[in-house]
Formats: sequence, C-alpha cells, structure tokens
Amino acid sequence: MSVQTEPIIRLRGVSKSFGRFQALRDVDLDVGRGERIVICGPSGSGKSTLIRCINRLEEHDAGTVVVDGVELTEDLRAIDKIRREVGMVFQQFNLFPHLTVLENVALAPHTVLKLPLAEAEKRAMQQLERVRIGDQAAKHPGQLSGGQQQRVAIARALCMQPRIMLFDEPTSALDPEMVKEVLDVMLELARAGMTMVVVTHEMGFARSVAERVLFMDAGRIVEQAPPAEFFAAPKSERTRDFLAKVLPR
Amino acid sequence: MSEPLPTPVRKGGVAGWLRRNLFGNPASAVATVLLGAALAWAVPRALHWTLTGAVFRADEAACRALGHHAACWGFVAEKHRLILFGRYPYEEQWRPLVATALVLAMLVATAFPRLWRRWILSAWAVVLAVFLFLMGGGALGLSRVDPGEWGGLPLTVLLTAVAMTASIPLGVLLALGRRSTLPLARTLASTYVELVRGVPLITVLFVASFVFPLILPQGLPLSGLARICIAMTLFEAAYLAEVVRGGLQALPRGQYEAAASLGLGYWQTQRRVILPQALVLVIPSFVNSLLSTFMDTSLVTVVSMYDLTGSLRLALGDPRWRGFFLEGYLFVAGIYFVSCLALSRYSQWLERRLGGWARRTREARA
Repeated sequence: MSVQTEPIIRLRGVSKSFGRFQALRDVDLDVGRGERIVICGPSGSGKSTLIRCINRLEEHDAGTVVVDGVELTEDLRAIDKIRREVGMVFQQFNLFPHLTVLENVALAPHTVLKLPLAEAEKRAMQQLERVRIGDQAAKHPGQLSGGQQQRVAIARALCMQPRIMLFDEPTSALDPEMVKEVLDVMLELARAGMTMVVVTHEMGFARSVAERVLFMDAGRIVEQAPPAEFFAAPKSERTRDFLAKVLPR
Repeated sequence: MSEPLPTPVRKGGVAGWLRRNLFGNPASAVATVLLGAALAWAVPRALHWTLTGAVFRADEAACRALGHHAACWGFVAEKHRLILFGRYPYEEQWRPLVATALVLAMLVATAFPRLWRRWILSAWAVVLAVFLFLMGGGALGLSRVDPGEWGGLPLTVLLTAVAMTASIPLGVLLALGRRSTLPLARTLASTYVELVRGVPLITVLFVASFVFPLILPQGLPLSGLARICIAMTLFEAAYLAEVVRGGLQALPRGQYEAAASLGLGYWQTQRRVILPQALVLVIPSFVNSLLSTFMDTSLVTVVSMYDLTGSLRLALGDPRWRGFFLEGYLFVAGIYFVSCLALSRYSQWLERRLGGWARRTREARA
C-alpha cells in the first residue's frame, strides 16, 4: 500500500524567525512511519524550534508542515487533531504541580478524549506501570526526583495513545545518575515501534536507537545519515567540530 | 575593670523564660520595662472603661453621670435594633434577621471547596430570591417594605455577598481578557480595568444612583439597590482582575505548552491547569481585595443608603443619646473586626487546603 510508504511527517521549505533571528531556514524533512530520528546540533541551531513546529507550539512563517496527512495551518481543528496524535516530552518536564501523578496522566484522556474518569485513570495507571512508576501515582510531582518526573511526563504523553512522540532534550535537565532510567524508557518505546523525533546530545542513545541522525546548524539541516555512517565518517567540517565536543574521548 | 560574668541562667521555669525572652540584653530589658509600664497604665483603665465602670442598662441618667469616664453600653443596648436593621419596621425585624442569617449561611457554605459545584450557583440564586422576598414582602401575608427602608446589617451583608461573589468570576474573565491573544478582548479588558481603576468608588456610586436612572431605558426597572450592587461588582472586578493577572503571569510558559501539546483547548487549559495554580498563588492579595470590598460597602451612605455605619449614624441622631458615638462606633467596629478576622483565618485555611501541593513541593526541594 502506498500509505505505508508515505512519510508520517513531511516538512517542505519551513522557515521561522523570532524577530530578526532566523531560527529555521528553508528546512525539508521526511519522517517515515515507525522511524526514529535523533536531531543534534549546537544550541540556537533551531532543533527545538523544528520539532515544536511539528505540533505547532511554534507557528512556521513559510513552507508546509504535513503530519499524518493533515496540513498544519491556522485551522484550529487541524491543530487539535494533530496534537492528539503527537505526544511531546519537554526538557523541564512541565508536569502540572497542583495535580497528583495519576491526575497528571489522566487529565488529557478525561478532558480531551472525554473518557469517563475511572477509565481515564485506569489507562493512566497502565502507562505509569509501563514507565515503572505506578507506586508513585498518589504523590505530587514536586515530591519526585527529576528522572521520575520525566518518566511521568512520558507516561502523560503516551496516555493519549499518540502515533508520534517528540522529545525536546528530555535528559538535559537531569542529574547524570537519572539519565539512564529515562533513556531506558525511551529505548523500550523505540522497540515497541513508536515513531520518535528526539532532540538530544545523548550520542549513545542515537547510536543504539536512531535510524537516522540529523545535524543542524544555524537553522539548517547540515547533514543526515544512519548513525554508523554519521559517527564514523561525518562529511561536513561543522559536524566534525560538534562531534569532537560532545563525544567522550 | 572587668565585665562581671553573666549570672548563670536556669534553663527551665518562669524565671528562665523571662530572662531569655524579656531581659536577654540591655535593649530588650529597657523595652520590656517601658512596655510593661505602658501596659500597667493602660490595661486597668481600659478594663474600667469597657467593663467594671461601664453602664450596661439603657439608663440615660446613669450614663450622663459617668461623664464619659466609662463606657455607656446602654446606648448600644437601647439602639442595637436600629443599628442592626436601620429603619426597617420595628415589628417586622425578624424578616431581615432570617434573611441575613440565610445569606451568611450561604457564604459559609460557599467557603468550602468541596461544595464548589455547579449547583451552588442555583443555590445562590434561590437564597438571593428568598432574601429579596423576605425583605421586600408584598405577598404571602408579608407586608410590603420599600427598599429605601432596608438598612443596617442586612444591607451590608447583601452588598458584600453580591459584590464579592459576582466580582470573582468577572475579575477572572477580565484577567484572562487582558492576557488574551485576541486583540479585541485584550483592548476591551485593558480599557475597562484602567477606566474603572481610575475612578473613585464614591463617583461610581453617585453615577449608579443618580445618573443611570436618567440614561437607562424606562422599561428597565432597576431598583436603586440593584444599581448599587451592580456598580460595586463592576468596580471590585477591576481590582480583582489585576490580582488574578499577577497570578497568571507567575506561571511558567511550559504549563501552557504542556497543556497545548496534550490537546487541551483554551478553556480546558485555563480551568484545569492555569487557574487552579494561579488563584492559589494570589489568595493573600485576593483576600485583601475582598476585605476592602467589605469595608467599601460603608460608602453607600453617600447615596442615602443606611448600611451598618449609616444606621449607626441614624441612632446617634437621637438627642437623648447624643455624645455616645465612641460606644456606638466600637460596637460596629467589633462586627467589622470579627468578620474580617474570620475571613482572614479562612483564607489561611484555604491556602493550606488548596495549596498543599505547593507546600509539599517546597518541602521536597528543601
């Protein structure tokens, strides 16, 4: 079937400026169903802006963004539809501090999908078990460690049963000893066949999970290749400089 | 010369406590002695004035004989019904009593977050209707009493209850409007808040009671009382709006983004994510505003309505009791004070009850 080969995310000529700063310059990107992509690059290179355009947390100035056959425009219904299908995990977790862990995860299924509360909570509990944090369900986010909070945030996004998961530097705000517990959860998600677009500097994760690694600089995708090729033989000077800084010697 | 060693201090006991807390160092010892002397002078006199020397009977001659060296509570004893119920017909005063008790009970019920359900709005509508019926009468065997004769505590309670409860939702809407992405909503809300904040309440009350009747269409029979209720609500909402806006601005952008990424719409985000956090953050300044709303109700005397302070002035107008205004004002001040203290204690309870998550978060960080 041709649907299977059609990319689930398609960006064409996407540009975005914040005032006089151009964050994205004419970016093209196709992501296939079930594909796992890691985006890396120096800060200010536009990687966060790029994935935030995919669920329209940022509005692109030019070009087209098509997600699962729906083009993102000002049409609010299209945006709502896409946001239900695209989950997102943030660097700062952004859990809702006034709700318990269970309420955080059950909120969207209950209010957006209109599931009865009991059913939404049952589904939430399943996702919390999946990220191995079911025993913390009654606590408030503020009582959890960073790694635990980030796993709750992943469960919260998964609870909407998204087709695509976006990760915006999910381990950058974590203490080093907590990075692994979050990466392990992401790894399992990848094995389960989820389409993932991950902005991260965790090159180990990129190597073991990604099918394609993208390097961005100054709002452009400078280079993209499968991880083996990307790490062994980077083509551009900028990529080599960057890798020299982030890879452990 | 060598400094003498400090006397060894016994840890326990009254003497030890006194030494530690009242005579810990020379400055604190001086302060203790001065304050002690002031209290020793003031407390017996205050007790004598308010209690032991005071006259409690409504005995005019005995009161005059005191020469204001002690309180004449006889004035309050004789005039308490005039102070509490204003010019309301004397033999019908059970009606304002019951009506006021109803509204107060409703206020107390509304104080519990557990009861913040949709039906409480209907309950308020019913209670207000019963209040108006009991006060105004004119059916079911109750004689008609013109709103011009309503006064005292019922008026103060009604104005406070309506202005407080109605200005909260309006204030929240205005705050959301000022932060809206829709230019029209933003302009309207900002203009409204700036206009209303730029005008003194007295002016608003004058306009509501003397100018509005001239410009309102004839077919719209809004009583003077209704106009004053609406005016106070609109006035207080502008102040509450700014308080709420402060809370909204304190929330990080990530909260909005997380809600958006989950597919929550604007109102779902506000109701479930933003307002529950923002409103808890602003409880202290919120209560500040509500307390001044309560105090502001006494300004309605300028448009010839006799609230609690207004009807006190009526009582003081009796030539037989002229001169006992201090007792009268203390009595009314006592009512205001107890109400405000209750509201303030309530707000602390509410902060603990609703803000438990914030406290636990702070504790976990510490």
